[in-house]
Amino acid sequence: MTNPDPPPLASGRPAPGRRRFLGYVLAAPTLVTAAELVPARAAGAAEIPSGEITELIDLNDVMTAAALPTAGLIKVEVHPDGTVSFALPRAEVGQGITTSTAMLIAEELDVPVGRVRVTLADARPELVFNQLTGASNTTISTYTPIRVAAAVARARLLRAAAAELGAAAGDLTLKAGVVTDSAGGSVGIGALAGKAAAVEPQRVAVELKDAGQFTVIGRPHSRIDALDAVTGRKKFAMDLDVPDARPTMVCRPPTINGKPGAVANLDEVRAMPGVTDVAVVSTGVAVRAQTFGQCIDAVRALRVSWKPGTAVGKSDDTVREELRRAELPMGLPPVTPSVDATFTFHFRSNSALEPNCAIADVRPDRAEVWSALKSPIVAKQAIAARLGLPPSRVTVHVTEGGGSFGRKLFFDAALEAAEISQRIGKPVKLMWHRADDSRQGRTHPMATSRVRAAYLGGTVLGYQQRHTSVATDLGHGLGELFTAMAARLPVGDIGFSQTFFHLSQSMPYDFGPHSRLLNETDKGFNTGSMRNVYSPDVVCARELVVDRLAAKMGKDPYGFRREFLRDERARAALEKVAEAGDWGRTMPEGTAQGIALHTEYHAVNAVLVEIDCRPGTVDRPIRDGVTGPRVTKAVLAVDAGLAVNPRGLEAQMMGCLMDGIAQALTSSLHLRDGHFLEASWDNYFYTRQWNTPPELQVIVMPDTSDEPGGAGELGVAASMAAVACAYGRATGTMPTSFPVNHGTLSFTPKPTVPPVPASPTDGLDHVR
Amino acid sequence: MPEHTFRLNGEQVTVDAADDERLLWVLRDVLGVTGPKYGCGINVCKACTSHLNGKAANPCAIPVGDLEATDEVTTIEGLADTVDADLHPMQQAWLDHDVVQCGYCQPGQIMAAVALVRRVAAEGREITDDDLDGIRNICRCGTYTRIRDAIRTGAQSM
Repeated sequence: MTNPDPPPLASGRPAPGRRRFLGYVLAAPTLVTAAELVPARAAGAAEIPSGEITELIDLNDVMTAAALPTAGLIKVEVHPDGTVSFALPRAEVGQGITTSTAMLIAEELDVPVGRVRVTLADARPELVFNQLTGASNTTISTYTPIRVAAAVARARLLRAAAAELGAAAGDLTLKAGVVTDSAGGSVGIGALAGKAAAVEPQRVAVELKDAGQFTVIGRPHSRIDALDAVTGRKKFAMDLDVPDARPTMVCRPPTINGKPGAVANLDEVRAMPGVTDVAVVSTGVAVRAQTFGQCIDAVRALRVSWKPGTAVGKSDDTVREELRRAELPMGLPPVTPSVDATFTFHFRSNSALEPNCAIADVRPDRAEVWSALKSPIVAKQAIAARLGLPPSRVTVHVTEGGGSFGRKLFFDAALEAAEISQRIGKPVKLMWHRADDSRQGRTHPMATSRVRAAYLGGTVLGYQQRHTSVATDLGHGLGELFTAMAARLPVGDIGFSQTFFHLSQSMPYDFGPHSRLLNETDKGFNTGSMRNVYSPDVVCARELVVDRLAAKMGKDPYGFRREFLRDERARAALEKVAEAGDWGRTMPEGTAQGIALHTEYHAVNAVLVEIDCRPGTVDRPIRDGVTGPRVTKAVLAVDAGLAVNPRGLEAQMMGCLMDGIAQALTSSLHLRDGHFLEASWDNYFYTRQWNTPPELQVIVMPDTSDEPGGAGELGVAASMAAVACAYGRATGTMPTSFPVNHGTLSFTPKPTVPPVPASPTDGLDHVR
Repeated sequence: MPEHTFRLNGEQVTVDAADDERLLWVLRDVLGVTGPKYGCGINVCKACTSHLNGKAANPCAIPVGDLEATDEVTTIEGLADTVDADLHPMQQAWLDHDVVQCGYCQPGQIMAAVALVRRVAAEGREITDDDLDGIRNICRCGTYTRIRDAIRTGAQSM
């Protein structure tokens, strides 16, 4: 198969209106159609950049362009029962892409959304880079090819119906899965599925609907998996019934990435009730038993000598010093007035509520793995290498994920489960205890951000930001993607984390010459791309400095931003939240509004919040929780270009807001003596109901594009920044260390040996 | 191993398990009832919230030996049967407000919500913001606002 000519790329998006696309009808007993074209704003056309690289090309363009050569293998299948199915080569982890995908198919195929079944595809190495779920790229890169495949199916069904009904195809209408002719005859698509099938593969041209014809895209739709979720029927990896895959846990070291030495009581633990196997593996000592309760008991009983890990003796203070030494120079101070500020962002956990987990069944000549994986191809290759099997002998199933937030870009549990299953020769259902997930799981790296903004009169003369971070591990496939695309990137010879940083960071304000640089240090931590990656910290620092600049110039924070924004979409979103949130209203002392803006993923987000920092609020009692300042109101405006599912978009913005509140106020990991103190949800203070704003309004701006942007991560940065700005205005002091409560340890740390806490026995005392 | 008898989703069940096996693992690993989720194992995240005799309880912290033969355990799978309908009003409210994102915590959230509404009704009053603030179930997707809205809606029909 070859790629048709791409549409013109010259200046941004292609001209609107009907465009013809090429799709395929594949040989099969029932109708199967496919598409390969992604008419992306591709990477190759960019010139050497001047100041603002993200205007020429951003991270999503790279990912979309990387997906181009192989996207053709996505297939829509029409079944004799009138349903339509599609195996999405992405991971659903709560972001709603199975729903939006069903909507795209329903739109072009004219079937009810409820008749479209979207499953998650197994790892398909032939898709190369086109099976990575990340950087909010799913809808951007699949929007057109999925619709093309569905449109091909629609055309085939109409042709088959014409023969069936003895009418001209042009006289037929397909609606709600039924084809009707002008004489009143009708036939369902289920009855046509076999007749529309092809014996030989064919290449066909189709037109897609104009936006004006949409009846599904752009209308709010509820989640297609909601009924399964609210009835308990939705299956996550640990809910699967794989024969003989018994509960398995690992006794882990007391410090980050420590290694197991001698085990003093292997035989004793092997004899414990329910325990079937105990084995030393690379990450600790694995225990397999009849129940997870028995695993917990066995893990707690093990007496292991541990070897040091990769963060021996390190603490928040020593890492802060490492970062200070790695900070790039800011240069000589400007001769004009300037705002200079340094911000510290502590380690944060990207634990999802579903802990790291996987099922593995490894046999001498083959292996089968089940896990929620956002980079299943790389996982498959890594597992095959670890097991010494050819990749073709390893099957990797992608299960629905219980949240990700970047965590499921990695496959730590899948790799470990495969190792354990091979080692003991039995299938395993591996689950990390929450304490494992908190202490040995991936984190958002600690970072500092230094900003200098020079100004004179009413003009900002220049803006510099130097971000220094513990290294972010991008070794989950994104690295390979960038390496392969490197020759097409206008960024010169720099590593891919710097490339990622440059491509993801925009400068929406007219601040004269500006530069943002990343320097990384220390690869000793288990890090990863937490939701919105660098942007929450970088943007939080920038927006706080924007507030300072406004104050120096005697301007209002909203008015200043509005004046300096360079982009109409950004200005419109900012104006919308200012209006809806009643910016500038009189508020009591100790409370304040904050406003912030972020642009990324071809999308714009503005956030206005109100915060209450008065003692009566900060000190309100909550058992085993951090109360602190409360965000009492939030107004978010989002322009995602084209909103496929506004209801889903609103949901993503709501979740992003909760993340932003957490990162500004309460959520961090404390590093002490080579380990994180946080071991569970009573230590790690993600936003809870008592931190949730009682008033929330999410405004989806009118579409500004004929193609969707990304939205799953978009809202974190401006939310965090708006909360920080509001906190600074309410307290009269700009916060410089995040989260603001990091200096107070709000819990008693749990022991590190044994590595998991005992299961409580007092449940009956708390029934209410 | 000792036998334990209790009522589960309207039926009498008997299982072989150690006295101190926590009910969560009896449900999930022995009986294959997977609606209650593991999120912490120490009764702080509340993902496993189910009902014991109609009140919110967390099976990760209940030794199965603590249960009496007459104790009625209800998991998300059995919630609709308590009102003899396809869906409990709270499940319907969850659909109406499109609460779910990943869905992992939602069985526990719904069970906690139903117990909260029952408790508040028994006190003869309406749900308040303070009641909603007091819900301890974590949602890492941050669906809290829609949860609050759905509880108020669901309470109307309970």
